[in-house]
Amino acid sequence: MSMKVGSRQVDGVTIVDCSGRITLGEGSVVLRDTVRDLLSKGNKKIILNLADVNYIDSSGIGELVSAYTTTKNQGGELKLLNLTKKVNDLLQITKLYTVFDVKDDETAAVKSFK
Amino acid sequence: MAMTEQRVSYTLDSSLETIDSAEEKATRIATELGFTEDEVMQISMAVREGAVNAVLHGNAYAPDKKVTLAFEHKGGDLVITICDQGKGMDLNRIPNPLAPENLLKTSGRGIFLMRSFMDVVEIRPTQTGTELKLIKHVHGPTAGGKEASQ
Repeated sequence: MSMKVGSRQVDGVTIVDCSGRITLGEGSVVLRDTVRDLLSKGNKKIILNLADVNYIDSSGIGELVSAYTTTKNQGGELKLLNLTKKVNDLLQITKLYTVFDVKDDETAAVKSFK
Repeated sequence: MAMTEQRVSYTLDSSLETIDSAEEKATRIATELGFTEDEVMQISMAVREGAVNAVLHGNAYAPDKKVTLAFEHKGGDLVITICDQGKGMDLNRIPNPLAPENLLKTSGRGIFLMRSFMDVVEIRPTQTGTELKLIKHVHGPTAGGKEASQ
């Protein structure tokens, strides 16, 4: 299953609901294009909802890092929401859990933006 | 083909489809050998990362270069070999992805993940490219003896 995304606005924050696989190829490209498109339109408070992301590889991890740094470099913030156990474990192994702001409650995640 | 003390190998193109195919084959064979769900995920992800290295960094998508993928059930271990026809890599030049200065790099985690998930990871140059060997010890009581279809 390839990756699908849908975005919605909640109190000035863009929530990107992702589903499927973030892997080398289409999945990574979809994520990259989505975040760049949001930033180009001035949406700089971004939450990636990964509740339905069941698989991610090293390229996908790299794409999450890229999304994080690109957003930060443009004065924005990008947070992760609802990690599955697999994705959570990968972020722990790679120590990226210490880099990302990871949330497990959407309302709290939205309110956490400055 | 019975995987008990046997070997199955594939010759694959240097394409994105090969990466998905390698992962699917690893998932199927590891499942049929009785590995746990977590172990199957680890094996399939390690094989995917190995295939990515072979297709992208080894063969660089060259249509005239092939990737060979072999699974062997040997002495209670699952031994996976992935060979490419590329220039090879210098492991000493791969930075530690856990170092603070590397945490925000967008690549360089593939070999680290393979080492995290497999019991043995060996990389060596061959006359025609690079050989990656991944070994997972069989821990489960049900491992072995099942049939792996192609």
